[in-house]
Amino acid sequence: MTMPRLDDRSKDLRRVIVRTLHKARRGHVGAAFSLIEIFRVLYDDVLRFNPQDPKWKGRDRCILSKGHGCLALYALLADKGYFPPAELDRFCAADGILGGHPDAGKVPGVEASTGALGHGLPIGLGIALAQRIAKRDSRVFVVLGDGECNEGSVWEAAMCAGKHGLSSLTAIVDYNKHQSYASTKEVQDLEPFADKWRSFGFAVREVDGHDVAALRETFKALPFAGDKPSAVIAHTVKGKGASFAENNMKWHHKNKVTDQEVEALLAAIGEA
Amino acid sequence: MRENCLKTVYELAKTDERIVFVGSDLGVGVLAEFKREMPDRFFMEGVAEQNLVGVSAGLAMEGHVVYLNTIATFLSRRCYEQVAVDLCLHNVNVRLIANGGGVVYAPLGPTHLATEDVAIMRALPNMTIVAPADAPEMIRFVRASVDHQGPIYIRVAKGHDPVVTTDTGPFVIGKAVPMRTGGEVLLVTTGVGLQVCLAAADKLAAEGVKAAVLHFPTIKPFDTAALHAHAEAAKAIVTVEEHTILGGLGGAAAEYLAETDLLASRRFKRVGIPDVFPSVYGDQNGMMRKYGISADAVAATAQSLLAARPKAARVAA
Repeated sequence: MTMPRLDDRSKDLRRVIVRTLHKARRGHVGAAFSLIEIFRVLYDDVLRFNPQDPKWKGRDRCILSKGHGCLALYALLADKGYFPPAELDRFCAADGILGGHPDAGKVPGVEASTGALGHGLPIGLGIALAQRIAKRDSRVFVVLGDGECNEGSVWEAAMCAGKHGLSSLTAIVDYNKHQSYASTKEVQDLEPFADKWRSFGFAVREVDGHDVAALRETFKALPFAGDKPSAVIAHTVKGKGASFAENNMKWHHKNKVTDQEVEALLAAIGEA
Repeated sequence: MRENCLKTVYELAKTDERIVFVGSDLGVGVLAEFKREMPDRFFMEGVAEQNLVGVSAGLAMEGHVVYLNTIATFLSRRCYEQVAVDLCLHNVNVRLIANGGGVVYAPLGPTHLATEDVAIMRALPNMTIVAPADAPEMIRFVRASVDHQGPIYIRVAKGHDPVVTTDTGPFVIGKAVPMRTGGEVLLVTTGVGLQVCLAAADKLAAEGVKAAVLHFPTIKPFDTAALHAHAEAAKAIVTVEEHTILGGLGGAAAEYLAETDLLASRRFKRVGIPDVFPSVYGDQNGMMRKYGISADAVAATAQSLLAARPKAARVAA
């Protein structure tokens, strides 16, 4: 896997995430840094949306099923104008709209409230079926975690999506190979992961989930087959962009984040 | 009751394109006409209840009114988190048609009984729970359900249940129905407990005791105003349900009455299934009889409450 240096936009989005978690002094840093290029490319280059009309029927629907990666989603939604960037400073505040998991009832641009794992793909499948009934060309993207793929409901939905041959549905897995306790290999090995998705009826491509050009090219090729849902397995690095946090389980979820740690994160991003 | 419920959904779907049907792996031929005439809105998606609820939520988020049908215990226990998060948290228009509420599947054993479904559904914000007593009431309910905002858990009885309801007007979600009024006993019930309570009231009448019967086809939201008004006239209140006595209709009544002064001078008893997994097979009526959900036992329970000495005011020393 190539390890391209992060460009300015990727670094800036990571700085936004650090700013967001600074006030709350907590957040799922590893997951957010793992996801940022996936969301950046989706919102910059792929999705059809209108921040002035978040419920516009013609939009593409994007669901963050691994809700604990919300810091990355919030950074993009703020960047696109779904809510004022100042809202980021109220992350996890009692009266804020941005919780530790995304709430569709509060945050414009969030399609479904997630946090409990294994819910996004079934909901996304239902939304995709509704587009088919309405003969609308909106697409549905569901971003899943690798640990999340331990949940049986993911595979119930995968089997069902395969049956329907819904080419408008794309599952994107943030495959950083780490879950909360340890590596995915140790906790619940997912391999042969791409073959699993294929056997459930998906057309699959694998990509370096931090390579912006490669992500653009991959998403541009969607759907990968005209009569199948698509799966993108994005090989990522947990904590990508802050060398001391990369693949470091202590940074899966961090609370009581100190000013020194914030400075260290910002310094590491600068060097990434 | 189930057939009439599904048939009504089909009839409504013919003129309302919002309506979608989702089933698991139902009996062969179920809603064949729906599938034939409206194939794009008919889904049979297998024995995967978590996915069924999530898919239904997604369809509802896009404006559909989804009727999701499978066996009650699998629709309540198996996918409880999906019901809580996908349906109730998002407050979407999914109607859970739960076959075999209570002990309908008595011969099939405890894995197939839904004896705590009302209790666990009651605990979820935004959820509405209904348990009609007979087919005509179910049909009236289904017609009223289409434009209701939010998820609904529909407890379906065995079928061919004796018709006892008499209303012909629109079903009002959230309203209790007084079937008999006045008397020193108040029987509070839901679902096919109504048939039991009407027979119990007849038996009590033969014994010289007048009993009111208050039917709750909607269990949540709970019609506390109706309970209050009818409880005031009674000396003894008995709740009767084909459900555990923990947290269901009896629990709802007890919670309300305990927070008023109505119990200060009245006796109160919950009749239902005790805190056990029923250990016998047989049939629905037999299992209900075993746990005192029968006309004779309910009448006897009411009489024993009346015979108990009036409550004396107790003041701490």
